[in-house]
Amino acid sequence: MSLTRERHAELKRYAIQLRRLVVESVHHAGAGHLGGPMSAAEILIALYFAELNIDPAQPRDEDRDRFILSKGHSSIGLYAALALRGYLPIEELATFDAIDSRLQGHPDMSVLPGLDMSTGSLGQGLSPGLGMALAARLQGQDFRTWVMIGDGDSQEGQIWEAAFVAARYGLDNLTAILDWNGLQQYGWATEKGYDVLDRLAAQENPLSRWRAFGWNAIETNGHDFPAIFAAFAEAKAHRGQPTIIVARTVKGKGISYMENDFNWHSKPVTDQDLKQAQDELAAQEAAL
Amino acid sequence: MNLSTTGEMLAQRDAFGDTLIELIDRDPRVYVLDGDLANSTKADKVSRERPGRFLEMGIAEQNMMGVAAGMATCGLVPWLSSFACFIVNRDLDQLRVVVAQPNLPVKLCGAYSGLLTGKTGKTHQEVADISVMRAMPNMTVLAPADAVEVRACMLVANDLPGPVYVRMTRDPEPVIFPADYEFELGRAFVVREGTDIALISTGAQTPRCLAAADELARERISALVLHVPTLKPLDADAIVAAAVQTGRVVTAEDHTIIGGLGGAVAEVLGEQHPTPMRRVGIRDVFGESAPNEDLLQKYGLTPGHVAQTARALLS
Repeated sequence: MSLTRERHAELKRYAIQLRRLVVESVHHAGAGHLGGPMSAAEILIALYFAELNIDPAQPRDEDRDRFILSKGHSSIGLYAALALRGYLPIEELATFDAIDSRLQGHPDMSVLPGLDMSTGSLGQGLSPGLGMALAARLQGQDFRTWVMIGDGDSQEGQIWEAAFVAARYGLDNLTAILDWNGLQQYGWATEKGYDVLDRLAAQENPLSRWRAFGWNAIETNGHDFPAIFAAFAEAKAHRGQPTIIVARTVKGKGISYMENDFNWHSKPVTDQDLKQAQDELAAQEAAL
Repeated sequence: MNLSTTGEMLAQRDAFGDTLIELIDRDPRVYVLDGDLANSTKADKVSRERPGRFLEMGIAEQNMMGVAAGMATCGLVPWLSSFACFIVNRDLDQLRVVVAQPNLPVKLCGAYSGLLTGKTGKTHQEVADISVMRAMPNMTVLAPADAVEVRACMLVANDLPGPVYVRMTRDPEPVIFPADYEFELGRAFVVREGTDIALISTGAQTPRCLAAADELARERISALVLHVPTLKPLDADAIVAAAVQTGRVVTAEDHTIIGGLGGAVAEVLGEQHPTPMRRVGIRDVFGESAPNEDLLQKYGLTPGHVAQTARALLS
């Protein structure tokens, strides 16, 4: 996909808006996950504003592309993308985590149209994606299924069950995207112990692992739109195997004090935190 | 109705395989997902006769449950072929999050339920599946008595909009229902009239309760047998009616006495019509590998055990 200068700036602006909505929603709710939605922001925008064949007015269209957020704790990032794309009013983000809200702490497809699967218990998103890709093949449908998995998410054995079976069925209409931000909720200590921010990478060498399981694996920069679109194009062109896009990302990306700090996996946002985040994002927007 | 064993012996798993073929031929949405047990559950009949509708998922039940959920969101009706012990335990969180919570029409065959699993022992004996499945919101839980009722249950289960668990057994057992029997979801019904005591039963324990009623009749004890093929939603009215009619209740199941049929009946009667009752079932222990008759004897599930429990409650 060739990206005009204006289009590129527009997508970057959406990513900034998504980050702003995430931090404002978590501030309002008094709780929520931040690091993961921030690392996934550009990928979510690339999917919802360019790649996915979807129509917010027809959220249950049988031929729509499917998207599953296997790292379901990043729900507020997905809700922000859905709101920006027109699936729900922006104002509804203020109901995140409130009683009777459609915006549950983890995505609940039974209450919010536009969600293709309920997730939240880690490791579970890729298998339903496999089922959707199989269903498309069995019913002669052209839609593509995309599943975003996380670093910690990939420590669950079920991901690798799904990896094995998807490769065995040669599902080239299935694309996984690994949000490879290197961190998880608490993580594994280095020789420095647990009192510092340093952590071992949540997983190492994901490309070789996925290739060993029979997948086409592509590495890309998960915060760079041209790189993301190049990976999407390569994934769609590949035949006979499912593809995983290993997207190098930064947990907490875009908010200086959150970046690469596992403590911002999930944490209340104070008024002061909010103000600083809003200022930083406004500066990024002004620089576009 | 007053039923007796017909003398015919059929295995519930054979009915499972045959009925899958029947469903596939009448419903283009039906696919079978197998956890590498098709030649045990008898879903292998589909793999041979309707191979395009059979999807091997390997020994990876967690993934299989998720795949079924994804297929179900795309308008398909997946039937899962695995053993009760695995489908209830190994992938319980997957069942909870991606099937039961979104209320998707995934159909679960719990094959080889209960103690009689072909000498495989405690790892493969599932005697808490009713308890677990009954506690899962959105689940429908069925336990047919014989091969005829397996088919009838499956025909109804296939068209329900949500998930269904069908508890099945492995080995040939007495047939009690006529071939034209029609299953009615959520209804418990009397299969033997009686006035002195009610034997309330589910699954393949019901033919054993009919035999127990025969034994009691020889002692001039008139035992009613209430068959409860739907554990959820439970027919509380029929249970209360049986208790009102007889004043004494014995529940019986090839299942733990904790949380299964006995527990469910105790909940209903405790709240609506307190009645002296006893529970026949597995008494909070794991099983072992042994011939069927030895297991029924040791764990107290034979018609004689049911009859003896009834006598004790009446005396």
